[in-house]
Amino acid sequence: MTIYLPIAELSVNIFVILGMGGAVGFLSGLFGVGGGFLITPLLIFYNIPPAVAVATGTNQVVASSFSGALSHFRRGSLDVKLGLVLLVGGLSGSTAGIFAFKLLKSLGQLDLIVSLAYVTFLTIVGSLMMWESVGALKRLRAQSRSPGSSSAAPRHNQHTWVHRLPLKMRFRRSKIYLSVIPVIGLGFGIGLLTSIMGIGGGFMIVPAMIYLLRVPTNVVIGTSLFMVTFTTAFATLVQATTNHTVDVMLAIMLIVSSVIGVQYGVRVGRKLRGEWLRAGLALLVLAVGVRLAVGLFLRPEDIYSLIATGATAQ
Amino acid sequence: MIGRAPLRRGIAAFGLGLALACLALVSGAAAAPGDARMPELRGGPLDPTNDNGALTLDDGETLELGISTSEIAVKSNFSGAEITIFGAIVDANPFALALDQYDLVVTLEGPKLATTVRRKQRVFGIWINRHSVDFHPIPTSYSLSSTRPLGALATEATLEKYGIGTENLKVAPLQSSADSQVNVAAFREALLRRKESLGLYRSDPKGVNFVSSTLFKASISLPANIPVGTHTVHGYLFRNGNFVAEKRLPLHIVKTGLEQAINTYATNDAFLYGIFAVLLAALTGWLGSVIFRRD
Repeated sequence: MTIYLPIAELSVNIFVILGMGGAVGFLSGLFGVGGGFLITPLLIFYNIPPAVAVATGTNQVVASSFSGALSHFRRGSLDVKLGLVLLVGGLSGSTAGIFAFKLLKSLGQLDLIVSLAYVTFLTIVGSLMMWESVGALKRLRAQSRSPGSSSAAPRHNQHTWVHRLPLKMRFRRSKIYLSVIPVIGLGFGIGLLTSIMGIGGGFMIVPAMIYLLRVPTNVVIGTSLFMVTFTTAFATLVQATTNHTVDVMLAIMLIVSSVIGVQYGVRVGRKLRGEWLRAGLALLVLAVGVRLAVGLFLRPEDIYSLIATGATAQ
Repeated sequence: MIGRAPLRRGIAAFGLGLALACLALVSGAAAAPGDARMPELRGGPLDPTNDNGALTLDDGETLELGISTSEIAVKSNFSGAEITIFGAIVDANPFALALDQYDLVVTLEGPKLATTVRRKQRVFGIWINRHSVDFHPIPTSYSLSSTRPLGALATEATLEKYGIGTENLKVAPLQSSADSQVNVAAFREALLRRKESLGLYRSDPKGVNFVSSTLFKASISLPANIPVGTHTVHGYLFRNGNFVAEKRLPLHIVKTGLEQAINTYATNDAFLYGIFAVLLAALTGWLGSVIFRRD
């Protein structure tokens, strides 16, 4: 069964799209990420034009992160103040990203930059996560062998250069006293990537908040989802206004299937140990990064590509 | 806005084709003495309008085309289509008919768009777009049907003169953009190859069949990714390898219903459309968190 996508201007198999959304939803529920970094490359593999894939992927992340942010808000594991400061950076980064997106598109290097950004961030973040989770798993084993040894959660008391920066602000719910400069900077970087890569960036903000800003783990996910909801909503809006590349038909199929997939992912995730889940996510992130890297180095099927440039001339 | 007048014209042409075919069947030979159509004839065997040189016997044949519809709607389940174009050779020479000398080519040309061809090159091991050539507007799609393979139908020079066949389409680079370092011919070839592999340029050498001696039927298949816009049905009549007559008809390929509404909305009210997309996502996300909250 095919369905015609009005903005992408091609027919796709409805079950392939629903399957993609469901699978990505399942993984995002399992690992607690938005799934934008999975959906955009998948759409591109399925011949959706990259510009449409990026913009529509962003729209899909709005749904999944809003859903997550709401449940964290109800549980009280969301620091609104910290989220708002992140958002200041996020929105400005997102705006800058949209202009970069337009510029790269006109230069014909959008696909390359999107791929390079994916490869770089996915492999770096994936490797770091892998490193961390292998360490955690080792400690877990050591702990089970000799009960009573100290647990190795991130050390909150250790101060780094980040904590010597000026313009400090108190974040009550997170119980931290921190300069706004790294918070806004982090938000800006993630916002930039949201516009260019069509991702929420949850898989990057979460580790950055834990290890760089030393935000307590319990509020990190809720707060990052809060920020991601707004940056992706903003990016969707700007993509729709400037590039006309948001395909609601595609988005609604992805959203509905991923919202259902998320619930099953969350259920399975509850039965698994956090350390194993983090290792699994690291593996997934690395796998996508490596797959994209291979695509950059392999000789393409046809080294020529066509782009319709001018307006219709009858 | 679109469709009305061309639709009527299309139906009229179709009707005319059928009527002519019936007449031809009833009266036997087209040029039967005392034929009621005689006053309408623009030329007879001595008609001077001969653009193929003195050697051709031009009987002033003309071509009529008709499509059952002048508008094709791309709906949400569109996965390509096949259209049938009817046509008739008017004032056909009975001897030429008897000797099977007539050949037809029917093409469907998509709206023209300026196109850029980019070529990837390996830079530090990575394949990136390096060179590009801009082309003058070319048809976004081109489907051709003919009674015989083009090579057997007319000489290369004739086909080239009338721009028939993908090889002979006017695909010319913009001079200003032509990079001196690159081989423009390779880019042109790549453009045609890409179009063919995308299914946008296609040909069927047996797509045109005679239904009666002068009435013919051309089948043209439209790919699923056919661009929307005003397409042109173009019929060419050949006699003994010489071009005799041609006829054009517009064919509108439009998005309809929801698809059209979404597209118009996304372009004309882009901001509201963006708001709508975001609200839709937020609403679905919220519904999801509410529905699955219990467990």
